[in-house]
Amino acid sequence: MGEALRIELGRRYRFSASHRLHSAQLSEEENDRVYGKCNNPYGHGHNYTVEVRISGAVDPATGMIANLADLDAFVNERVIEPFDHRSLQDEVPVFRSVVPTTENLCKEVFERLKSYPKAKLEAVRIEETSNNSFEYAGDQEVHR
Amino acid sequence: MVYLTRKIEFAASHLYHNPALSAEENRRVFGKCNNPHGHGHNYTLEVTIAGDPDPVTGMVLDLKGLKEILEREIMQRMDHRFLNYEVAELKGQIPTCENVARVIWNLLEPKIPQGRLHRVRLYESADLFADCYRDGAGGAN
Repeated sequence: MGEALRIELGRRYRFSASHRLHSAQLSEEENDRVYGKCNNPYGHGHNYTVEVRISGAVDPATGMIANLADLDAFVNERVIEPFDHRSLQDEVPVFRSVVPTTENLCKEVFERLKSYPKAKLEAVRIEETSNNSFEYAGDQEVHR
Repeated sequence: MVYLTRKIEFAASHLYHNPALSAEENRRVFGKCNNPHGHGHNYTLEVTIAGDPDPVTGMVLDLKGLKEILEREIMQRMDHRFLNYEVAELKGQIPTCENVARVIWNLLEPKIPQGRLHRVRLYESADLFADCYRDGAGGAN
């Protein structure tokens, strides 16, 4: 019981984008079998919710781990602006060669945010729909 | 190990102001939250207890008991209150989500009769929350 308390801050953002699940390493038939409707060549879209969790010391002068306006600007520039109202596999370079599943999207968002200078990025959790969510914490285990 | 979570909601007002900073600095750092009249939120608190179910009752702890603890320690203290002026535990602190979550942790941890407090998650809005853990429990660093 002697250990210090650890505080994390969680912030949610939203963007809408289209994607098509199609692997260049699979045949047409295999793509159809593996991805089903998500392989539709015209793509389809989701309203994504991105939950970003950071940790760090709470500054006694502000009561904050990180200034929210600063965090919001960082996430907007790195993730929301480049992804919102885009076609992921056509307009986000990494997804030209990586299938834009939400698993891979989670990892990409984590990579884009992990250099946040004011706090440590703990995890990224993305809801693709209200029924499906994915979480990635880099080299760490996800904790609940 | 089973993790049990109870949720409660309370409404409270607060403002962010650090007397060590100038008026301009306060406005720059805290923005709208520096309004001297305060503003309010509907807070949602999730309290997660970790433990093994009792072999006789099948419970980690009695939820009725937890409900009473939350009513006494949190609702009576914070619901429909001005956090800066009416919650003694927050005196001298900026009542941010981070600080309020930590105060809630410190109020609840010694009161949990069975299992152990695993996480306090306090939502200030649907898009902003703070989590509090005892370091080494759950957290990966």
